[in-house]
Amino acid sequence: MNGLRSARHPKSRKKITAGGIIISVILVLWSLIQVFPLYWMLTFSLKENAEIFGKNVIGLPIKWLWSNYTTALQSGNMFKYLLNSGIVTAATIAITVVAATAATYALTRMVWRGRKTVNSLFMLGITIPINAVILPVFLILSKMHITNYWALIIPYSAFALSMAVLISSSFMQGIPKELEEAACLDGCNIYSIFWHVILPLMRPALATLSIFIFLQSWNELMYAVIFISDSRYRTITVGIQNLSGSFTTDWGPIGAALVVATFPVLIIYAFFSSKIQESLVAGAIKG
Amino acid sequence: MDKTMKNKTAILLFLLPACILFIGIIIVPILMSGYYSLLDWDGITASKFVGFDNYIQIFTKKSIAFPDSAKNAFILAGLSVFIQLPISLGLALVLAKGIKGEKLFTAVFFIPVIISTTVIGQLWLKIYNPNYGIVNMALKAVGLESLSHTWLGDEKTALFAVFIPILWQYVGYHMLLMYTGIKSQPTDLREAAMIDGANEWQIARYITIPLLKPVLQVCAIFAVTGSLKAFDLIYILTNGGPAHASEVPATIMIKQLFLRNNYGVGSAIAVFIVFICFFFAILIKKVFRTEVD
Repeated sequence: MNGLRSARHPKSRKKITAGGIIISVILVLWSLIQVFPLYWMLTFSLKENAEIFGKNVIGLPIKWLWSNYTTALQSGNMFKYLLNSGIVTAATIAITVVAATAATYALTRMVWRGRKTVNSLFMLGITIPINAVILPVFLILSKMHITNYWALIIPYSAFALSMAVLISSSFMQGIPKELEEAACLDGCNIYSIFWHVILPLMRPALATLSIFIFLQSWNELMYAVIFISDSRYRTITVGIQNLSGSFTTDWGPIGAALVVATFPVLIIYAFFSSKIQESLVAGAIKG
Repeated sequence: MDKTMKNKTAILLFLLPACILFIGIIIVPILMSGYYSLLDWDGITASKFVGFDNYIQIFTKKSIAFPDSAKNAFILAGLSVFIQLPISLGLALVLAKGIKGEKLFTAVFFIPVIISTTVIGQLWLKIYNPNYGIVNMALKAVGLESLSHTWLGDEKTALFAVFIPILWQYVGYHMLLMYTGIKSQPTDLREAAMIDGANEWQIARYITIPLLKPVLQVCAIFAVTGSLKAFDLIYILTNGGPAHASEVPATIMIKQLFLRNNYGVGSAIAVFIVFICFFFAILIKKVFRTEVD
């Protein structure tokens, strides 16, 4: 495309490079704006206060203070919170994926009256802000004496459901019906068609779904603050809030905790960046 | 085949988990919120039906500070649409032209989107720290110490200081939506215009952006409804303070519900948030539709 352009317009080539320089400068500047706070966070997680507060504000640490990390992990209880977030997130992904794909199968493939209505009801769920139901959900869960991980897993799954149905139905519509017909002729029943034919074909969509749900539940704060009063079940977002309250003057451990909380997300991003981008775009554009 | 696909038991079983979750945690609670908003109730003593009294209260009672919070939410929405989205659009247009390092820039701009808002909030608390934060440090370093400020603690700057991290975190998200939208456009129109001698600006103005309208509509809806229901960053950075200067409906709602046990008033605000989000989503769709015609 570039080659074509310059072949047709030999003169325009120079102009493009001149503008190109300005554009590159802007892009690099904006990248700095986006990355610098994160770089600062990473470096101050390894510094002592004296460096952070004036001696060495933006440079790499002079003295690499790894003990900030041990402080955050031990007295900040970060391991426990990471584990809790992991449990909540994994369970939310499992429940939402099963519930959403099964429902989507009934909604897109099976034949029954009222499926259009049910489908649009699910789609309505996308536009409902989750903070609008926080009190009733809180009262329902506490009436049922659900105060542990489930107090988060259940609402997170419900809130992810609409989007999950949306993403999987747009994918399922692309699966040719012939495969199910063949399986049907071979004597498969509906459950094994779903389990052995549809689900394996859905694998790319399942990855997209899982990433979408992961980011949503790993990062959620409002419900996590209000629903979990027992510190044993506290998730990482609330853990950080508490830690920063107890280490107000000591910045290093807070920085370390922030880095620890971000690390799992960044690792996943490093491996699946295009998949992650795709899943967040899928959620938006089709909505 | 037809018989298999009409299997009533199977349909019911497939739908059951999703329906239980959806009805139990979304549909029924929405209705409950609506009902609670008509009650005078603290969750402990008996509730009293008061009709629309809570709605009158949130708009008239000064101590709740609700009208201010709604105004702040509208300001945030305006800033998002008129500052954040243009930046995103500019970046998307440039990146989608296929420059060197396109993939890397996209990936970098997108990093803040995936990081937890809690981390971002705590990080910006440090950035804004009046004594040791990098904003004031940088001002000091270039000799503008007189401009340094308690950014989050001053009524005049708090709301704007809260907006900057929101902008910073989500520019990449809108950029990616627009970038993907531009990438999926057919290139022949743009090429034809280029051959006819149109410059980059004209191509963007008359071809790329008009074709991008559906995506821009989604971005506008996200930016506006996102601002109207905003909570996390504001809760962490200021929790609505100082003196309600950065309050938004969601922070007031949480305070009324869980600090004051004012379930009726809190639920009225919840219902307000739902309606205002729906209203603006529909309004934006209307605006874009008439634009297209």
